[in-house]
Amino acid sequence: MAVIKYYGAIAEATKCSEEQLTVSDLKISDCLALLNEKYNLKTFDVSVALNQNLVDIDSTIKLSDNDEIALLPPFAGG
Amino acid sequence: MKKVFINGPITPAFIANSIEKHQTKHSIGAHNIFLGQVRADVVNDKTVAGIDFTCYEEMAHPILDDIREKAFKTFNLTCMHIYHSLGEIKAGEVCFFVFVSAKHSKEVYAATEYLVNIVKKKVPIFGKEIFEDESHQWKVNK
Repeated sequence: MAVIKYYGAIAEATKCSEEQLTVSDLKISDCLALLNEKYNLKTFDVSVALNQNLVDIDSTIKLSDNDEIALLPPFAGG
Repeated sequence: MKKVFINGPITPAFIANSIEKHQTKHSIGAHNIFLGQVRADVVNDKTVAGIDFTCYEEMAHPILDDIREKAFKTFNLTCMHIYHSLGEIKAGEVCFFVFVSAKHSKEVYAATEYLVNIVKKKVPIFGKEIFEDESHQWKVNK
């Protein structure tokens, strides 16, 4: 199963910092739709990192169960 | 992988020690330092007491490596250090320390501005602004 990681305001909404999910053959947008349904994340400005690299939410890449997917709110360092 | 993240505030002693360590590097003629300090912003009559910083470190480190590599290529630097706090940092404490050194002053000014802006924009760091009444809001960079 893939690891889904949550940070900042999104981790607050999901009430966990990570979980495992079967995402095999899903696209990023499909995975987000599943998580939106589970946690109602639509109000968040979310960026997605696939294996530590930011990816376009509309990417056609198919996810695999070895992937690490992170949902990131706006960056606020400094 | 260079150490960037520090648990807790970046203390004046840590900064002084960083300066001291460079006194043996005699090709350096100019240092420039940026210090980011936690502000006690007032939002709807509530005052920020501190910021709790978290980070996606596995993603942050390669990004920071790229930032460093690009800065060394772009500016004629001798040394470059970037430190950012994690955990709860109180108003008035330093949470971000950028320290660049070169032969001459021109390079260090430009490099500092570049580094401060790109770290804020590209590095996955998140900040929970905690008010004095223990309620919170999520920091958004302007």
